[in-house]
Amino acid sequence: MKTIKKTAFVLIAIFMLSAFANKTFVGPNHGYHIGDIATDFSLENIDGKKVSLSDYKKAKGFIVVFTCNTCPYAVAYEDRVEALNKKYADKGYPVIAIMPNNTDVKPGDNMEAMKARAKAKGFTFPYLMDEGQKIYPQFGATKTPHVYVLEKTKKGNQVKYIGAIDDNYQDAEAVNTKYVENAVDALLFGKEIKEKKTRAIGCSIKV
Amino acid sequence: MKQLSYLIFIGLLMVSCNNKSNKTNDELVFNNAEEKELEIFDFEKFEPLLHKNDETVYVINFWATWCAPCVKELPHFETLAKNYKAKNVELILVSLDFPKKYETKLKPFIAKNKIQSRVIAINDVDFNAWLPKVNKDWTGAIPATLIYTKDKREFYERSFNYKELETELKQFLN
Repeated sequence: MKTIKKTAFVLIAIFMLSAFANKTFVGPNHGYHIGDIATDFSLENIDGKKVSLSDYKKAKGFIVVFTCNTCPYAVAYEDRVEALNKKYADKGYPVIAIMPNNTDVKPGDNMEAMKARAKAKGFTFPYLMDEGQKIYPQFGATKTPHVYVLEKTKKGNQVKYIGAIDDNYQDAEAVNTKYVENAVDALLFGKEIKEKKTRAIGCSIKV
Repeated sequence: MKQLSYLIFIGLLMVSCNNKSNKTNDELVFNNAEEKELEIFDFEKFEPLLHKNDETVYVINFWATWCAPCVKELPHFETLAKNYKAKNVELILVSLDFPKKYETKLKPFIAKNKIQSRVIAINDVDFNAWLPKVNKDWTGAIPATLIYTKDKREFYERSFNYKELETELKQFLN
């Protein structure tokens, strides 16, 4: 009897803690860690269709980029995100861009604005709206741009890299280390990713 | 003749240096209102400001003119600095604006908003190398704030209203 009570108490405590955790600020220690399996999603693309990771039957993995129209850092990386898709989509690692901001706070990131930007820049990757802002907290994204490289495994889409695109937001020509390319290349060649987590300044996701 | 001009040059330099060091705080504040001098540092030059070993409470706010929540909370930081100046609290505003915007955005912003506190712009693209040296858990989102004394430090990757900020600061005051 005592053990049942104890178990019940622990279960209730865990339940309460997890309920609480869901509501708290999405800090650096929440969300996915390297090795976690990312939950799939179904989000609306700029063409009106829903997109899920499971739609990509032939993909070996994904370059998931949380980005937006209005953040200067995200804008500085737009062309490089497009270049990543051009380079890696055919090799099995397409870019999936997700716009995580609350569009009431940032109208410049609403669906119309996303469509306009994608058209102007000629994005060849899906640019999805995180409607209801449910997906970015699962990942633990805190800012734009924020990249997650996933590898398709038997267990699901496993998080292999979290962080920045490269080490120079100011000048693509002056980049020393292309973190995302290095990570995807390592996965393609079955090698260990050297830098699995990197950091960079970005715009906090608007809630 | 050449030597003479050297001497005059060195003399002038000394005079101008002296002028600077003799300025009182009040004069500096006055100067700020007129024309705020923007300090531009790489991280190496900035880093000692994260580890001062004196009696001051340092409030270091990382912001940028393009960051809406940063701009929103900035007046709270300025008010805090003003209200707690006598209690040895020093505010440093660290701008992460793009260098190409220093002249067109950052400096006009500082002038227009009559920013009184010290503003340092960090121009150092290798974020992955230096962000963890500010705080190991900083993902890089701004606004972010570090409050520290020689004995205690806290890092906040969030925005503040005045009351919240004051509550945090009070933990550091004796």
